[in-house]
Amino acid sequence: MNRIIEYLLPPQRSVAASEVDSLFTFINVAGFILFMGIMITILIFVIKYRRKSEDDVTPVITHNSILEVTWTIIPILLILIVFSWGFRGFLNLTNVPGNAYEINVTAAAWFWEFRYPDGSTTMNEVFVPVDRPVKFIMRSEDYLHSLYVPDFRIKTDVLPNRYTTTWFQATDTGDSNLFCTEYCGTGHSEMLAIVHVLSAEDFQEWLDGDSGIDEDMPLAELGELTFTNFGCSACHTLDGSPRIGPSLQGLFGSEIELDDGSVVEADEDYIRRSILEPSTQITAGFPANMPTYDGRLNEQQIDGLIAFIKEQ
Amino acid sequence: MGNQTVTADKKTHLQHHFVDADQQFESSKLGMWIFLVTEVLMFGGLFVAYIIYRSWHPDLFQLAAKELNTILGATNTVVLIASSLTIALAIRNVQLDKIKASINYMATTIALAGVFMVIKYIEYTEKFAKGIFPGNAYYYDGIDHSMASNFFSIYYMMTGLHGIHVLMGMALISWMILKAKRGAVHSSYYTPVENTGLFWHLVDIIWIFLFPLLYLID
Amino acid sequence: MADSTEKTLRIREFPIDENPKYTYLNHEKGILSWLLTIDHKRIGLLYLFSIVFFFFVGGLLALMLRTELLTPAQNILDADTYNQIFTLHGAIMIFLFIIPSIPAALGNFFLPMMIGAKDVAFPRLNLASWYIYILGALFAIYSIITGAVDTGWTFYTPYSTQTDMSVVSMTFAVFILGFSSILTGLNFIVTLHKLRSPGLSWSKMPLFLWSLYATAIIQILATPVLAITVLLLAMERILGIGIFDPAMGGDPVLFQHFFWFYSHPAVYIMIVPAFGIISELISVFSRKTIFGYWAIALSSLAIAFIGFLVWGHHMFVSGQSELSSVVFSFLTFFVGVPTGIKIFNWVATLYKGSIDLKTPMLYALAFLFLFTIGGLTGIMIGALSVNVHLHDTYYIVAHFHYVMMGGTVVAMLGGLHYWWPKITGRMYNEIWGRITCGIIFISFNMTFLPQFVMGSQGMPRRYFNYVDQFQGLHQFSTIGSYFLGFGFLLMAVYLVWSLFKGPKASSNPWKARSLEWMTSSPPPHHNFEYTPVILHGPYDHHKPAKEFRMGYLNKETA
Ligand code: HEA
Ligand code: HEA
Ligand code: HEC
Ligand code: CUA
Ligand SMILES: [Cu+2]
Repeated sequence: MNRIIEYLLPPQRSVAASEVDSLFTFINVAGFILFMGIMITILIFVIKYRRKSEDDVTPVITHNSILEVTWTIIPILLILIVFSWGFRGFLNLTNVPGNAYEINVTAAAWFWEFRYPDGSTTMNEVFVPVDRPVKFIMRSEDYLHSLYVPDFRIKTDVLPNRYTTTWFQATDTGDSNLFCTEYCGTGHSEMLAIVHVLSAEDFQEWLDGDSGIDEDMPLAELGELTFTNFGCSACHTLDGSPRIGPSLQGLFGSEIELDDGSVVEADEDYIRRSILEPSTQITAGFPANMPTYDGRLNEQQIDGLIAFIKEQ
Repeated sequence: MGNQTVTADKKTHLQHHFVDADQQFESSKLGMWIFLVTEVLMFGGLFVAYIIYRSWHPDLFQLAAKELNTILGATNTVVLIASSLTIALAIRNVQLDKIKASINYMATTIALAGVFMVIKYIEYTEKFAKGIFPGNAYYYDGIDHSMASNFFSIYYMMTGLHGIHVLMGMALISWMILKAKRGAVHSSYYTPVENTGLFWHLVDIIWIFLFPLLYLID
Repeated sequence: MADSTEKTLRIREFPIDENPKYTYLNHEKGILSWLLTIDHKRIGLLYLFSIVFFFFVGGLLALMLRTELLTPAQNILDADTYNQIFTLHGAIMIFLFIIPSIPAALGNFFLPMMIGAKDVAFPRLNLASWYIYILGALFAIYSIITGAVDTGWTFYTPYSTQTDMSVVSMTFAVFILGFSSILTGLNFIVTLHKLRSPGLSWSKMPLFLWSLYATAIIQILATPVLAITVLLLAMERILGIGIFDPAMGGDPVLFQHFFWFYSHPAVYIMIVPAFGIISELISVFSRKTIFGYWAIALSSLAIAFIGFLVWGHHMFVSGQSELSSVVFSFLTFFVGVPTGIKIFNWVATLYKGSIDLKTPMLYALAFLFLFTIGGLTGIMIGALSVNVHLHDTYYIVAHFHYVMMGGTVVAMLGGLHYWWPKITGRMYNEIWGRITCGIIFISFNMTFLPQFVMGSQGMPRRYFNYVDQFQGLHQFSTIGSYFLGFGFLLMAVYLVWSLFKGPKASSNPWKARSLEWMTSSPPPHHNFEYTPVILHGPYDHHKPAKEFRMGYLNKETA
């Protein structure tokens, strides 16, 4: 029994999970018993009372009060249990503890940006401390999105016109998937992120180390790191196949045709502009939905990216 | 009965699948009422939107309502109520076989409806002149509220949909006049006129709700 | 009405013409006699063709979805195409197929016959509703050709107000289809109130009609709200009135409220007629009076009523207030109770019956199996905390396919086989019927059971790429869907075959008791050549068929 349930559900990695799972289990078991009860009765009847001859006479049984009351009461009892149980679970999913560590989340087509109290940001990956309530304060820049972490059993829509919040307390260190579960167009199924749960110490260390980028690493490497961390790969491949944006393979120095027909050469400036104000020069045949990275990247990272793209 | 349908009673326009005229009359009456219910629910949706927005931005509704011309609105209300009366009289007269009178009353109703539309036209043009358009096109700056355009979007949706219904009503009534001229309706068969009347009353009632909700806010 | 006619009532046997020369099918010929017909039976068939067509279209789209999902990465479709395809699949299946399916096709055909009427109250309106339906369909097709609708069938704002413009024509399509649905509902209500034959009291009305009655009420009350919603959406798109657009101070969640206020009751528009069919099948094929007639009849109305109060259960994580989430969750469960009552009554009807596992009965049993799963999983996702985890995952997808495909579609197939002899005058091949039913039952479970598992493991819906972990289950599901398609092909084959080669059907092959079987098959143009007066209930199976009489209204003395 438990084995089945364990197979059915993702690993429990937040304090809220067990509460949810126990209800999930209860409904499954109760439902299964109910279902089997009904099906077996049907089976018995179908076999026992199958038609013997064309002129069978059947009794007239129009109703039976006791039976009918029972099969009204029992479901009512069951749903009352299920409701109050679900209600309890819902409360501790929605009531955020006061001491929670707050992270601001910005969702945009099609990536996640996480902003920490100390101002540092990460993209498409978020680092959180273990055994400590963490609160996401979420806003969307465009459509509806929805932040979903199966391992934590949390999900909340992200709206453009107001903040929504969700919280969790991770129970063990490691990585978990984060999905966007509100349909948001082309990149919906690409809009993933990783939740890195770190021990208290590692987390502090990471904060101080500021997103693992140290000042004196070779530009190209820094660029590569930025490229993955800031979700460029969500839209750009490096193998020549276009995704949402054009592939960056062999981009540097090539002739780019823009949607206004003009042709430009992809030099440093062009790449820089493409990153900081993408909407000014739209590559022909692609949507103008690359977000601007102005203010999201520091000078060094931009230089890094350019260096990195040169190499492709 | 199969062949009876062929010789179905011409005078009462009894269709073959009805047993008798009463049954047919009751059916179409019930049908009409159900249709009216759906109409009410459709406007109901708009009223809900209205209520929600008003509860969100009461101040906006205060301000914006001042832009609406209460005098014209009130006149229109009177006009429609009058038209409801005339259509009622029209029905009464068909039932009494006073076809001529009935036709006149229906004509008056259409005339009144016309007046209503003209006044609405005046109101709209006046607003457009100021730049009060629905949605994006809106560029009037006489109201200092960031969402002024929303009020007028709702205003145009509601009055617009209502206006369309007035036009449909006019069309229906004209059709009834033709029927009457052809002598197709009379004391023993006046269902279509009656139903048209019902529809017209609905159009009237909806306006009676719209007027205070949109014009008389404070 | 009944009493006024009592005095002129004559009891008399009407020998049923077993192979009539003239039937509704051949009394007039030519394509026009079909396109301009106001005969409810022919209109019913027009609807039947239309919905079957769209079911196949929607199904093929589904197979494309499944094929794309064979691999975690892209294989046959790119992201945008995939999004358009599931949108079309959903929109077509909901608005063009399942909503009109049972009421407009089978209901149109049998409702008047079951109350001994010659037609529905407003035959012209009835035809009009079909043309409106077609118009709506054309709009839908137009928006498919001219552009790309990729919003999902739910048209959520603000995405739907910013993506491709052809959303507008799509919403108009939905708007128009809504009207067709309203007209059908209106027609049915009036017909049931005013056109019942003498002696056919409400308590003698077949349960199929009770269910259509409940459905019609939902159609009347809910559809106008959908109409205004999509109208607002269109205006949003054309004029940018900004009621739902956050950029202009509007609220996207408000749109969701509007949408689900219709679309939840709509799910009962889909399932309640199916309940009606099941009641007929269970009783007829166990030759037994239905157990708890009133319980079943009234529970339909109860479901219709409660169904209006639960729409918020689609929005538990949408950012609506927590209080409303709690209330909606509470109310949601109560739909389960009347539904359960139906199921238990059906089971009780089998007790001491004389059960014959003909194809329609097999479908009825398949329905009990599949719908109960679908329904109980509905309870699962109705529970607040669990819903947070399962919302917008494949668990939801599985849930609604179990209720819609496993519930409505399976019940409709049962009804189709049950009434096939009456509609066509031919019998289909019983063996193939049973085999196909088996194939569909098994392959359906193959397709959608894995989706429950994926869902609870956290596979989000509307995903065109997915994480590798789910590949095995996805592939299993895809294989199942191919078998499913094969099953439907098989059915198409033997049903069409029966039209030409099938043996002639007698007027009442199942020894059923309701009125539609008291006339020849296929029925004559006017259903009954007289106004029948009903003396027996529709489920009086304890009386031998030969004692089954019908009076008639004596016109001369009336
Ligand atoms: C035919 C259509 C149909 C039907 C009949 C139902 C029936 C039910 N549905 Fe479903 N539903 C859909 C079609 C349908 N649904 C669709 C299309 C969606 C997704 C829309 C989208 O997002 O695209 C959806 C989504 C949906 C959600 C939202 C999920 C989400 O997005 O987060 C919920 C949540 O509460 C829900 C609940 C229910 C419930 C409680 C019932 C109940 O009516 C079920 C009642 C039946 C039973 C309970 C089983 C029989 C009863 C017994 C055996 C007796 C014992 C019972 C108890 C102990 C309770 N449905
Ligand atoms: C009545 C409603 C209905 C029905 C019957 C179906 C039937 C099917 N549906 Fe679907 N479905 C929906 C309503 C319905 N669906 C809705 C509302 C959505 C949500 C859309 C959205 O998210 O906006 C959805 C979404 C949906 C998804 C999720 C897409 C996603 O979220 O990414 C999937 C994926 O597996 C799917 C699959 C199927 C399959 C395999 C069938 C099968 O049962 C189909 C079986 C039928 C056939 C196969 C056709 C008949 C046979 C032929 C045409 C002959 C040719 C066949 C062969 C040669 C093999 N449907
Ligand atoms: C949401 C999707 C998305 C993300 C994320 C994204 N881009 Fe883009 N990018 C695009 C699209 C679409 C285009 C083509 C349209 C245009 O030129 O603006 C593009 C164009 C470019 C171009 C110009 C390429 C050419 O062929 O003209 C460069 C360089 C580029 N992006 C770099 C980046 C970098 C570096 C990042 C991350 C820091 C990034 N992009 C993140 C979508 C994205
Ligand atoms: Cu963002 Cu889906
Ligand atoms: Cu629902």
